[in-house]
Amino acid sequence: MTPEGLILGAIAVPLGGAALIAAAHRMPDLREGVTLVAAAALFLLVASLAPEVLAGGRPGVHVAEVMPGIALAFRVEPLGMLFALVASGLWIVNSLYSIGYMRGNNEQHQTRYYVCFAAALASTMGIAFAGNLFTLFLFYEALTLVTYPLVTHHGTEEARRAGRLYLALLVGSSIVFLLIAIVWTWQVAGTIDFVRGGILSGKVSNTTMGILLALYVFGIGKAAVMPVHRWLPAAMVAPVPVSALLHAVAVVKAGAFAVVKVVVYVFGVETISGMTSVDWLPFVAGFTIIAASIVALRSDNLKRRLAYSTVSQLSYIVLAAALLTPLSIIGAALHIATHALGKITLFFAAGAIYTAAHKTEVSQLAGIGRRMPWTMGAFAIGSLSMIGLPPAAGFVSKWYILSGAMATGQWGAVAVLVAGTLLSAGYLLPIVYRAFFLSPAASHGHHEEHGEAPLTMVIAVSVSALGTVALFFFPEALLALSRQLAGVG
Amino acid sequence: MISSHLPILLVVVPLIAAPVMVILRSGTAAWILAIAVSWTALAIAGVLFAQVAGGGTISYFLGSWPAPWGIEYRVDRVNAYLALLVGVIAAAVSIYSPRSILSEVEPGRRYLFYTMYALCLSGLLGIAVTGDAFNLFVFLEISSLSSYVLIALGRDRRALVAAYQYLVMGTIGATFYVIGVGMLYLATGTLNLSDMAERLPRVTEPRAVLAALAFITVGVSLKLALFPLHLWLPNAYAYAPSAVTAFLAATATKVSVYVLLRYYYSVFGGGAVFLALPMAEILLVFSLAAMFIASTVAIFQDDVKRMFAYSSVAQIGYITLGVALASATGLTAGLVHVFNHALTKGALFLLLGGIALRAGAMRLGSLGGIGRVMPLTCFGIVVGGLSLIGIPATVGFVSKWYLVQAALERGSLSIAFAVVASSLLALVYVWRFVEVAYFREPDAKVAALREAPVSMLVPAWALVAACVYFGIDTDLTLGGAAAAAEQLLLGAK
Repeated sequence: MTPEGLILGAIAVPLGGAALIAAAHRMPDLREGVTLVAAAALFLLVASLAPEVLAGGRPGVHVAEVMPGIALAFRVEPLGMLFALVASGLWIVNSLYSIGYMRGNNEQHQTRYYVCFAAALASTMGIAFAGNLFTLFLFYEALTLVTYPLVTHHGTEEARRAGRLYLALLVGSSIVFLLIAIVWTWQVAGTIDFVRGGILSGKVSNTTMGILLALYVFGIGKAAVMPVHRWLPAAMVAPVPVSALLHAVAVVKAGAFAVVKVVVYVFGVETISGMTSVDWLPFVAGFTIIAASIVALRSDNLKRRLAYSTVSQLSYIVLAAALLTPLSIIGAALHIATHALGKITLFFAAGAIYTAAHKTEVSQLAGIGRRMPWTMGAFAIGSLSMIGLPPAAGFVSKWYILSGAMATGQWGAVAVLVAGTLLSAGYLLPIVYRAFFLSPAASHGHHEEHGEAPLTMVIAVSVSALGTVALFFFPEALLALSRQLAGVG
Repeated sequence: MISSHLPILLVVVPLIAAPVMVILRSGTAAWILAIAVSWTALAIAGVLFAQVAGGGTISYFLGSWPAPWGIEYRVDRVNAYLALLVGVIAAAVSIYSPRSILSEVEPGRRYLFYTMYALCLSGLLGIAVTGDAFNLFVFLEISSLSSYVLIALGRDRRALVAAYQYLVMGTIGATFYVIGVGMLYLATGTLNLSDMAERLPRVTEPRAVLAALAFITVGVSLKLALFPLHLWLPNAYAYAPSAVTAFLAATATKVSVYVLLRYYYSVFGGGAVFLALPMAEILLVFSLAAMFIASTVAIFQDDVKRMFAYSSVAQIGYITLGVALASATGLTAGLVHVFNHALTKGALFLLLGGIALRAGAMRLGSLGGIGRVMPLTCFGIVVGGLSLIGIPATVGFVSKWYLVQAALERGSLSIAFAVVASSLLALVYVWRFVEVAYFREPDAKVAALREAPVSMLVPAWALVAACVYFGIDTDLTLGGAAAAAEQLLLGAK
């Protein structure tokens, strides 16, 4: 297949999958079969684009000119390639997991769930391969809208409220800030295409640059930079696989991805390096890292703790991009992948605990590692990755971010990274300790009569944990893409 | 040659159809005639649109009397664009109407409904193509009087009061308009709009011209429901039969916007209005007030039709905001939103008609869970709602993009923020419907309902599809609007 066909296929396959899933709504087995096949097909399509991109090719498709000069167009560059690989690869694992979770918990409206999930992946691919800001914005909004039914899946009053917050913050920030930023960029630059080295060089003043960057960073609410982060913990009301793939991988990484993409391809690292008006960004990101970690430390609810951990980890990516050195840009891109693998593992484990033991609070988890060794073993690996310890993938990305900060002598950022590492150890390791080394409270009696979660879930959580370790030992492909992005490969 | 008579045929075909419907006295025959007339009008408008697309102007002299004595019909890129819009909406509404009025209009009166519809269509198209100030008044009255009757046909008794309110306000508006025209006639000695434009700069008594401008502005603003002259609109839209609401919401106010533009740019020459007078500032303030106040009021409405009626007042604010920005981009934004909002609101009111037919009531409280029993209707409303909010890949986004661009071109970041911030209010009222339709359990009454009939769904969904299609392929809408804006600005020089 031609690269053009592959790109369009990457959007068409999940969309077609969604249609087939809807058509198969009376046959659950077929429906879930379609999901798995679509996921596998999508990953193959995306993976077969990779060699060309690694070789330096930048395949693209011009679909339609929507407004004069503003096109619906795709162009695959290293960062988008990396994001698409991660999201599509994890969709396979997540589908496996979803089947176990949705059946194990007797969830309602399963067809709608799988349809929206497939549509969300199509939107994610659109974001990853977007060739200009308009296309990015289109799929960014689509992603919010198709994930809304997933967030509000349970249809309860709580879900409805969470849905409101989700829409208000994500649609609100994107329409009010991001759209203005995009039109403004178009106004001053005369183009909104993603171009290496940026499109704003020499076109705007120092002050305007700072304002524009603020409009982008806070307009991309999915990156959950404080104070636009509240939608993320609220969205935890969704079923666990939604939190796992969307709110640890696709949706939040779409935000972090967009921030990195805007910094590299709209502003241009060179262009803003000398600008004083953008110096606030490391502070905001650093504050988010520390503040969100502290909230995570104080949360007893496991999913909430993981959500705030995500808020914190996303700002690592924003901070890394804001450091504006090649090494930290590599770290930012890698962290999109490594955090995705680690966090999906943690969410998978949380969902497995909920399905098998119906436990949601950290304080209830004493001794659970003995009944669910696979799940909690995976949880431990995921925790290592979050903290950034070997042999987990998180170490690699954090290494690059830290090297970048040190090489340019940005010691404030170094301090934040060290503090963030300690805090993440503080909110994750006690869970592992409690699960394996404390005895369960005796009073629960027959509630403790459970074993591991359903098999597909255990497989999924093991695969993602294995992936986290594998990425530590074999980061070459992703590293090559990241180096291309940073312009050092 | 018949093709040279197209401008007059556009008006005369529906005009003649009206008495024929009265003679036939049959609802079905009148309906078939209405379809024929509407689609003919669409076809003629399409041909005219294509003929002037290159930038030419078609002048047609009624009875071959040359301009100063006879009435001239003058078609250029501005009104051809508008006539096309009216034709599109009429074509959809004509197919939609029979099932919709089945429960709303008594059988014995149905032929009268179509008679009034044909008259209204004729009046609106007449306003669009005529180049004569007084002839425009006549068509304004034809369309207004017929729309009072159409609104009064509503099932709810409050429709009578609404129609009466509209009649009072509309008559004031028409009177103001005709006073303004009278003053212009005294000052220039002509009723032909292009002659008027030529002679106005030579008028030595500017006070009469200024007064004329004021009277015409207020009179036409009443008809186009510019905030705060919109008070007739919510009741009229809420209580009129569904097909009428959709037709009027998508066409009547839009045609009035055209009249205002025609006078501002082609007659008064743009510069006189926007540079010498603070017209832009005045219009700007009222537009922003409409966008925020009417949207906020919409949020607190309990009746879905009223909610979207207030939304219309707000969306008209976007159109006049584009006009007030008084640049090529601003005018393009306003004009493209004329088209885009007509498609969106037309689709929404047609879909709401389906709910009115099945559920009867339009109160949010009694529609809980309706998304499950009328999935196609409700999903269409969601798509239309997204277009109101301005989500990309809908027509609303295109309008918003151009409005923001026009505001930024003017260097006004605050207006740009006002545009996007007010669209969040649309998110709130659209989502009130979404939550009611999808999150509540249907009660016994709602659960017993069925999906709207196909004859209503097809035209409604055709407009919904158009909302999405023209959000991606903007050649026709944006191209037409940009060409019309260019033409208007030509007159300004």
